[in-house]
Amino acid sequence: MGPILSQNVIYRPVYNFFDGLLPESLDWVAYIIAGLTIVLILVNALLLLTSLFVFSLRRLLGLFQTRLGPNRVGPFGVLQPFADILKLLLKEDLRPRLADPLLFTAAPVLMVAPVFIILAIVPFGRNSFLADLNVAVLFFIGVTTVSTLAVFLAGWGSGNRYALIGAVRAVAQLVSYEVPMVLSLVGVLLLAGTMSLVGVVEAQRLPFIVLQPLGFFIFLLAASAEMNWSPFDLLEAESELTAGFHTEYSGAKFALFQLAEMGSVVVFSGIIATLFLRGWENPFGPIGWPEVLPTHVWFLLKVFAIIFLLIWVRATVVRLRVDQVMAFAWKVLFPLAVINMFVTAALVVLWPEPTTAQLWAMAAVNWVVAIVCIGGASLLLERNRKLPAATVKLVQVSSGEVR
Amino acid sequence: MQIEPITINIGPQHPSTHGVFRLRVTFDGEVIQDLEPVFGYLHRGTEKLAEERTYTQVVTLTDRMDYTASMTNNQAYVLTVEKLGGIQPTERGMYLRVIAAELQRVASHMMAIGFLIQDLGAMGTPLMYCFRERERILDLFEMLCGARITVSYMRPGGVFQDAPEDFWPALRMLLDELPHYIDELERLLTENEVLLVRTKGVGVLAADEAVNASVSGPNLRASGIAWDLRKADPYEVYDRVDFDVAVGSRGDSYDRLVVRILEMQQSLRIVEQCARDIPGGPVRAEAPFFPRPPVGEAYAHVESPKGELGFYMVSDGGVSPYRCKVRSPSFINLTVLKDLLIGWKIADLMVIFGSLDVNMGEVDR
Repeated sequence: MGPILSQNVIYRPVYNFFDGLLPESLDWVAYIIAGLTIVLILVNALLLLTSLFVFSLRRLLGLFQTRLGPNRVGPFGVLQPFADILKLLLKEDLRPRLADPLLFTAAPVLMVAPVFIILAIVPFGRNSFLADLNVAVLFFIGVTTVSTLAVFLAGWGSGNRYALIGAVRAVAQLVSYEVPMVLSLVGVLLLAGTMSLVGVVEAQRLPFIVLQPLGFFIFLLAASAEMNWSPFDLLEAESELTAGFHTEYSGAKFALFQLAEMGSVVVFSGIIATLFLRGWENPFGPIGWPEVLPTHVWFLLKVFAIIFLLIWVRATVVRLRVDQVMAFAWKVLFPLAVINMFVTAALVVLWPEPTTAQLWAMAAVNWVVAIVCIGGASLLLERNRKLPAATVKLVQVSSGEVR
Repeated sequence: MQIEPITINIGPQHPSTHGVFRLRVTFDGEVIQDLEPVFGYLHRGTEKLAEERTYTQVVTLTDRMDYTASMTNNQAYVLTVEKLGGIQPTERGMYLRVIAAELQRVASHMMAIGFLIQDLGAMGTPLMYCFRERERILDLFEMLCGARITVSYMRPGGVFQDAPEDFWPALRMLLDELPHYIDELERLLTENEVLLVRTKGVGVLAADEAVNASVSGPNLRASGIAWDLRKADPYEVYDRVDFDVAVGSRGDSYDRLVVRILEMQQSLRIVEQCARDIPGGPVRAEAPFFPRPPVGEAYAHVESPKGELGFYMVSDGGVSPYRCKVRSPSFINLTVLKDLLIGWKIADLMVIFGSLDVNMGEVDR
């Protein structure tokens, strides 16, 4: 049968059940039904995870900001996202007179699609994935690029100048951050020797966050930029562009944009957990330790750990200016990613089949490189500003004296 | 390829225009080429209304001018009426007015800093922290006069009632705790790399430009001129208390921020001394309920959180002013906006505008 599905844990029972019902010649129907069952489960899992994420985002932001956050709908306010979605779906769907009808309608759909498509390759647990592609990482990079197009269509098709500026910023930013993001993955791929996400997880004798600290750092920042997350949320930049590219959207289309945005955070966190935190395996000790927790639970714990980090950043950091964001991509992240790539390549050539001791040595070298690089970059930035630190002082002026 | 600039209306409804302010901005890409401020959306005719009210009733109108600093508005108004009518306020009344005004300065600066960081994109966290502290000050105002924002606390001759017994312990507690929060805020500002990058060197207002445009208040002091009306022309009891003036050197957005923080610390110092030295006695001088100042004119000014707030009033001997003209600092500080903004980007627009701390209620009056 199909090479893609056959390893999935849900596939076999569903297939067997329908295969028993159907005549011999209709095997392929059972195959399709089994596949669709998994898709159904995945899509619903993402929707539920996203609403859980939205709830935790709002609740945690509330706690960070010394207020309560939503706590009325359901226990602890857990059902708040559902109330929000219901409200958005019931709202009037407005389309401005100047908007391009086709582009305006297509953009939200095009924005949501990649999020669900990426889901196909994310391994949620041992043998729980829709597809174990041998080029999964390339697939992931390719599919995420589509959202750039969607953002631009939304901004252009709205016929609104705030949206247009948001869209132009989006293209510049998303395309720029694609480069360091891809380069930071090269180190991981060199170490893993495979592009399959399942292969990457199985290759992590040490979690790659230990072996690739600089790669993790760059990927986290570039991924924040890719999913419009603070401090790179220039695309919507509430205080500048009201809502950026989706200024004109309302009702169900707005709900789709929100779903795409929040869903992409969940999916990106899943990818980060898979690539750097050993995916569904236990994060400590050697692979194949006796299982304390089911693999799906490990995976979810890691995803929410990353999400917590992202929410924390969002609650604290102020936004960069557009030229600073671009300069950061090309002058800081890009060179660091190249350095990381070469150092990792040299280490892989040096120790093609590393023993455990050699792995730790590799990790040590990479940590030194990471600290030197990040320190050096921040020193450079410091010097570029060339401004004195303390400029305001208290002056004693006596009463009635005029200076 | 043909490139043409685009014109955008920022406001009157926009998340970071602090009220109803409208800017017609022409952009070349992201860079501001030209702009035209449009205001008047909040015009309520305060000056004209004042001609129809008695001198006591006008106090309530002044509350609504700069609604983030009602106490200093009251203060400027009552000082003018006292000058016009030759009323001598009582000692205790003056001390209470200075305490209220300095607390109001802290509250107003808190709001200015919070909203500036909000405009920088910090998702409301610093704003909520600033507001939490501002609330404590507003609680004290509620004790003093029953209102939090539109206080109407001051009257020609003093204040309308004495502080209740439990005000003093509450003030003591605030004075003990607030400096820690201000230090925390200062650390947040001076140690946050992204915030430094966004504000340092942005929107530089040179000292001579500032003087020529008659900019006043923290914005002027950030440009390096130690001009503070509390020192230059001391009113009430400011010549009896000891405090320093925070002066910047470059006049950029960062200096404007830090000047405000240091000023908050100095304000608390003043409150501390006033609370220590306050004498007993009546809080309001014996004056008729409907004062009828003699024919004449008077101008008095105070250092409000935004700058020099002055009232020019003419009396024809009747129960209400013949003319009341307000010199509002926000309006005059706004005149430098165009020079500051041209050449900067959209994102800097919000930073520079926010750092000027303009209140539209006061601009339109």
